[in-house]
Amino acid sequence: MDLSAINPILFFASLMVAATPIILAGIGELVVERAGVLNLGVEGMMILGAVCGFIVAVNTGSAWLGFLGAALGGALLALLFGVLTQCLLSNQVATGLALTLFGLGLSALMGQGYIGIKGPVFADWHIPILGDIPVLGPIMFQQDPMVYIALLIVLGTGLFLNRTRAGLILRAVGENHDAAHQLGYKVIRVRLMALAFGGACAGLGGAYLSLVRVPQWTEGMTAGAGWIALAIVVFAGWKPWRLLLGAYLFGGVTVLQLNLQAAGVAIPVEYLSMSPYLATIVVLVIMSAGRAPGSLGRIFHASH
Amino acid sequence: MITLEKRPEPSQFWVFATPLLSVLLTMVVGGMLFAALGQNPFVAMRTIFLDPLFSEFSWFYRPQLFIKGAPLVLIAIGLSFGFRAGVWNIGAEGQYIIGAICGAAVGLAFYPMEARWLIFPLMVLAGALGGWAWAMIPGILRTRFGTNEILVSLMLVYVAEQLLASMALGPLRNPDGMGFPGSRNLSQYPSAANLELIQESAMHWGVVAAFIAVIFAYVALARHLFGFHVRLAGQAPRAANFAGVNPNRLILICLGLSGTLAGLAGMFEVSGPAGQISIDFNVGYGFTAIIVAFLGRLHPIGILLAAGLMALTYIGGEIAQSNLGLPGAAIQLLQGMLLFFLLAVDVLTNYRITWQRGRA
Repeated sequence: MDLSAINPILFFASLMVAATPIILAGIGELVVERAGVLNLGVEGMMILGAVCGFIVAVNTGSAWLGFLGAALGGALLALLFGVLTQCLLSNQVATGLALTLFGLGLSALMGQGYIGIKGPVFADWHIPILGDIPVLGPIMFQQDPMVYIALLIVLGTGLFLNRTRAGLILRAVGENHDAAHQLGYKVIRVRLMALAFGGACAGLGGAYLSLVRVPQWTEGMTAGAGWIALAIVVFAGWKPWRLLLGAYLFGGVTVLQLNLQAAGVAIPVEYLSMSPYLATIVVLVIMSAGRAPGSLGRIFHASH
Repeated sequence: MITLEKRPEPSQFWVFATPLLSVLLTMVVGGMLFAALGQNPFVAMRTIFLDPLFSEFSWFYRPQLFIKGAPLVLIAIGLSFGFRAGVWNIGAEGQYIIGAICGAAVGLAFYPMEARWLIFPLMVLAGALGGWAWAMIPGILRTRFGTNEILVSLMLVYVAEQLLASMALGPLRNPDGMGFPGSRNLSQYPSAANLELIQESAMHWGVVAAFIAVIFAYVALARHLFGFHVRLAGQAPRAANFAGVNPNRLILICLGLSGTLAGLAGMFEVSGPAGQISIDFNVGYGFTAIIVAFLGRLHPIGILLAAGLMALTYIGGEIAQSNLGLPGAAIQLLQGMLLFFLLAVDVLTNYRITWQRGRA
């Protein structure tokens, strides 16, 4: 084994890439949960985003259009969840599970003709000046555009939740939907919008896997990334900034185990491959300090 | 304007009617889906739902119902207790895998000794204990640290899958297998095989265990204090507290029960129909069982019927795959759709739809 074979600059650069799908899916779910809805279907929306993004990108030749398609696909699936849980008052846990099972099936069906095809190239940006800084440049400023977009979405979400009136309303709906309803806010409408945003973000995260990280379409390729995103939201205590921390931590473990596999460590590959999931469990155990939104997962019915 | 008015009590009629309605809706929408895929929807539906039972080859397919249905029943019965009490074990797939690994490991450890009276019961015990222990991880983390059992149990599925791969390639690999992954075939080792109890019927010990589980669950829910506590904890957590239900104990029992049954299901599968530990041993019974539990209204008899239906779609799906060239994913989609429709029409059970004129 030769640990010096791991290039630290390359390590941190790929850490950013590994964390990006989790950041995207996580920030979407964070907004959804702050609005008081527990959507366990992140995995399903991600995988649908992955396949929609890939299909659109292959057929149009544009990765950007692919991402757009992925966001639309994810949002549509999320709205299906919204109609069921918000209008038909179904159990959110069960519906979220259904969404995941449905999304896995639908994506496998849609992606049949696309296995083994190469998608369009999504080039990295070499930001002038900043990208030329030694060490920091290759890590931070020579990434593909989605890395920056994901960070911008986190920044925007943080500002939206804490600095705008609409964000305040969204949080009020999540903390106490009955009180928010009494004040005249449209609980269901707010939640549907939050869900659509969450679905779109999850779709982007999935498409990032199929268009940038892998980049290919294979069945079940998200491999639990959506569930890890859900765990990171809990880890983050429902705060956007800490979400970044959690995602980078997870990205670090993922890249480290891949590097160790490549370096030929004496640990069997299977045990290294488990490590991101085990790390997620450990993180969940030691960091469940945050307080969940008051109305999280509860069914809202205006008659009460 | 349509509004929903909460019923004072769930409608008895719709409790039974919604599963049927959702199956019907799934058939209609599924038919449209198959039509979009260029298939004749009626032929596709007949192939999936009727051919396994009534076609000229049904003598071959009917026993398969037991093989596919038994693990679904076992796992779903276990899950139903937790789901009633608000304990969400969705990692049954992982517990199923670990049960299979433990059961197979015990069997293989005795190879080639001939002592069925000792080895097979020990394997059953090991499978049950393995599944139980795997489910105790989320259980203890939940009760000790308040960690979300949904996420932990699910993460452990991925861990279990990796463990399965390492077992198939490493410690449990068949030493006479010329380096191929996968263990010795347990079904060819008489002391460890989960044999057919009646020739040509596919009735193996797992089927017996499934029926026993249904009976026990029925009695526990209808007649026993434990079943009452489970129902109480789900419907009125505060009242359950006053009734002296210890929530932590309930969580551990519910998770332990579902883990044990899932582990048993895995053990019966690996020593019977599957025969060996291999990388692709698990086929998603643990997740389909979630659909079965809900479709069966979390009721033992309902679960039995729902598992039969799900087993039917598995078998029908395989026939449709080979005869009509329908993709396997289409069946998975059909199963997901079924759960969706069930959850959607379930609103009718608890709410009355009323028309109101003017301001709502």
